[in-house]
Amino acid sequence: MQKNITARSVIILVAILVCVFGIIGFPKSAAELKQNWENNIRLGLDLKGGSRLVLQVQVQDAVKGEADIVINRLKDDLKKENITWTSIDRNDPQRVEDADSIQITVKGVPATQTSAFRSLINERYGDWVLTTVNSTDYAMRMKPSDLVNLKRDTVERTVQTIGNRIDQLGLAEKSVQQYGNAGDQYQVLVQLPGVDDPAHVKELIGTAAVLEIGEVKDGPFQSREAAIAAHGGVLPLNTKVLKMLPRGGGEGEQWYIVNRSPIISGRDMRNARAGQDEYRKWETDFSLSQDGGKRFGNFTGAHVGDRLSVVLDQNIVSVATIQSKIEDSGRITNLGSAEEADDLAKYLRSGSLPAGVVYLEERSVGASLGADSIHQGFAAGIAGLIAVVAVMLFYYKRSGINAVLALILNAIILLAAVSYFHAALTLPGIAGIILTIGMAVDSNVLIFERIREELRAGKSVVSAVDTGFDKAFLTIVDTHVTTIVSCAFLFLFGEGPVRGFAVTLVIGLLANVFTAVFVSRTIFSYELSGHRRMETLSI
Amino acid sequence: MELFKSTNFDFLRWKWPFIGASLVLSVAGIVSILLHGGLRYGIDFKGGAVMTVKFAYPPPIDKIRSAMAQKIKGDVSVQNFTDPASVNQVAIGTELEEERLLNVNRQAMADVLNATFGQPQSGKLDFNNSSRAQLADRLRDPLARTGVPMSDQQLQKLVSDILSFRDTPPRSGLITDFNQLAGVPGVTSSVINVLKQECYLAPFHIGDVAMVGPKVGAELRTRAILATLYALAGMLAYIAFRFEWIYGLGAVIACFHDTIITVGLFSIFNKDIDMTVIAALLTLVGYSMNDTIVIFDRIREDLKFMRRDPLETVMNRAVNQTLSRTVMTSGLTFLTVIALFIWGGPVLHGFSFALVCGIIVGTYSSVFVASPIVLFWHNYADTRKKRTGPAPAVAPARAATVRKSPTRAAK
Repeated sequence: MQKNITARSVIILVAILVCVFGIIGFPKSAAELKQNWENNIRLGLDLKGGSRLVLQVQVQDAVKGEADIVINRLKDDLKKENITWTSIDRNDPQRVEDADSIQITVKGVPATQTSAFRSLINERYGDWVLTTVNSTDYAMRMKPSDLVNLKRDTVERTVQTIGNRIDQLGLAEKSVQQYGNAGDQYQVLVQLPGVDDPAHVKELIGTAAVLEIGEVKDGPFQSREAAIAAHGGVLPLNTKVLKMLPRGGGEGEQWYIVNRSPIISGRDMRNARAGQDEYRKWETDFSLSQDGGKRFGNFTGAHVGDRLSVVLDQNIVSVATIQSKIEDSGRITNLGSAEEADDLAKYLRSGSLPAGVVYLEERSVGASLGADSIHQGFAAGIAGLIAVVAVMLFYYKRSGINAVLALILNAIILLAAVSYFHAALTLPGIAGIILTIGMAVDSNVLIFERIREELRAGKSVVSAVDTGFDKAFLTIVDTHVTTIVSCAFLFLFGEGPVRGFAVTLVIGLLANVFTAVFVSRTIFSYELSGHRRMETLSI
Repeated sequence: MELFKSTNFDFLRWKWPFIGASLVLSVAGIVSILLHGGLRYGIDFKGGAVMTVKFAYPPPIDKIRSAMAQKIKGDVSVQNFTDPASVNQVAIGTELEEERLLNVNRQAMADVLNATFGQPQSGKLDFNNSSRAQLADRLRDPLARTGVPMSDQQLQKLVSDILSFRDTPPRSGLITDFNQLAGVPGVTSSVINVLKQECYLAPFHIGDVAMVGPKVGAELRTRAILATLYALAGMLAYIAFRFEWIYGLGAVIACFHDTIITVGLFSIFNKDIDMTVIAALLTLVGYSMNDTIVIFDRIREDLKFMRRDPLETVMNRAVNQTLSRTVMTSGLTFLTVIALFIWGGPVLHGFSFALVCGIIVGTYSSVFVASPIVLFWHNYADTRKKRTGPAPAVAPARAATVRKSPTRAAK
């Protein structure tokens, strides 16, 4: 019996130490204690303040953008092959659900050139399925597997781009992730703890301070000073001087004077790809949104022969001369190599959201409300705890101390689990802890009442304690399993704070089985082993 | 001390009055729901925008409502928080027809508040509603001009400290006088002067904003219902496995009854149902199951020793034996839940209300709903057996129906 108690006590002690370490580490000062506590017990958004945004990626935008690039290519290819046509258009799916219905219609291909047309499509447009509408008209639809890939890629890129943009805020903890059933719903969840200006964040997500296409006023110059000097020491109105990223040719620095207000920014850019033009030279195709396309068309139409710059992060990555009016899809040609075209495409893509986003949900909790909530949660918790402890001690006398110790251990295990699992403590989570206090007591009550009953039936103290624990054990398991089942479903179907609640309750209940059965029993055994024959038990 | 040493109340004799009371309550709840045209959904399930705003004085509800109604389409609701812990706080709710209005509405609500209670024309920054970035940007140049040397990092820290001070209780986001900031480290009188020059103190502070698009709202509703149904099914399965199927059914009906009554009470008292309330409901389903199981466990144990006695007597005995435990546990859990209700704050208000009602209802349903159902079934089954033929002489019908005797329980 003695060894049993020692072994058990050691287990309990080790458990306590592990838990305490998980919560506060081994602090050497009060300040460190506080620091460790804050690091380990992470607060959820509703307690710390912050924002939670759910957005839906409008994949139909990406699909349309891809179709646009294809149409452009097709027009060039047909010209090259001397195949005539009257029109090439695409339809306009407006909603996410309609994205799959994207279709390109080619009209007016003379019957004589049918086979040439077909073989061209087969050869160069393998991911589109060609169907004949009549002797001169055709419809092209994207292959389903390619559609799925495109949509999936779009969502992934959106997640990445949003992540990149939010990085600029310098938040320590943020999370951007795909959400919901990615196959169907195209949702992204953004969680930003500690952000107190969600409007600013939404602006940041929606635009890219990163990518700009603007008009080049003058350049190239050897240095910033040279550029300014060339204009009499004063920069022309509304311009800025930017450096161009050197292109591996060691040409030295090149500076340009660029218009301050860009014509196109990242949010207008839909997609970009490296490709080869009719002379097998490398180029980058890009496609813009409808809005962007209009603006771009107006500008390029009026500025044929002028230059424009592609600026990323206030660095020029490319300067190109405008050959003709460009609307919503264009090409940057005459690039040096495949790598250059690829890089440029990457720059254009990374600074751009591949599709529009619509906000489905936004919850922002101000830090003030969060602080209030913590305050209130703790007040309620302490009140509840005091009430329970008082009643237990009063009703069960010294055995009540047993229960109180078990309760405290329960709380410690719970907090440690929260810390080790990196779970965030939410307000419902605190409520879960408070509830655990009430429910944990149940196990002890079950055991104590049983012991009382056995004592009343005349059994000896040792026997009563043993029987009490044994008989109560099954009931304890039963009751805990049902609540855990309930919490499991809550976890599966709930989200955010409600999940936090389910998690704390489950952990609390599991910890409770341990403390009520194992720890309580050990304490009793210890008490009983001390005296030769205990006549009565303070219960 | 012991409250219930050896009680012998005939609980089940009172089953009819209690069943009657249950029926009355359930019907009252359902009628209330029908009268109100359905359940009152919180924003989680209905969709919409809710802004929690704290005022420096008792908020003028009607003024707010009419100002909002002028600029924003659809239903506008302005509610005072009934919770004692939150003073001078209102929840302003507007409807959202579709997701694209999410941003628009939010800005519109903030604008209306600004126009009605703030000083938008003054050109100064609203201190009580500014973010860190805004305050830092605003103060940077004026501070430099007054000759207060500060690196950008120092400025950020100063702003952060000032705003943390503003946000901690009891100010909770609202200060009424710039001199209150004197205690914050780094705030000198020149800083306060600059603040007075560049900012004004609006009498309100926007605490939190929740906007839920109708799509998300509908989805959450479905999930909540599914979660509840699955949980009940799961428990039915578990109890049917551990006891007999009729016990499982009785327990589930009792839980269902608890849920209906609690939801009915929400309707009667005009409280919103949101996701945390569903969490409370599921918890209380689990809790009510607990209670029922404890009694069933005892019944099962007693049946082994009291084979000859009628089921009703055995049930009564079991309830009496567990009475002490039931009162203690319910009482203690109730104490913690009451603590939550009184001090838990407005966010948990619905949650704690559900639990308060639920625990009371759940406790009595184990005795007066679950057990009678099992009793009725067994009596009915016995009567049928008597009618269809002579009962087997050897074993009394009752023992034959208790199939799953636990093999482990009694040592």
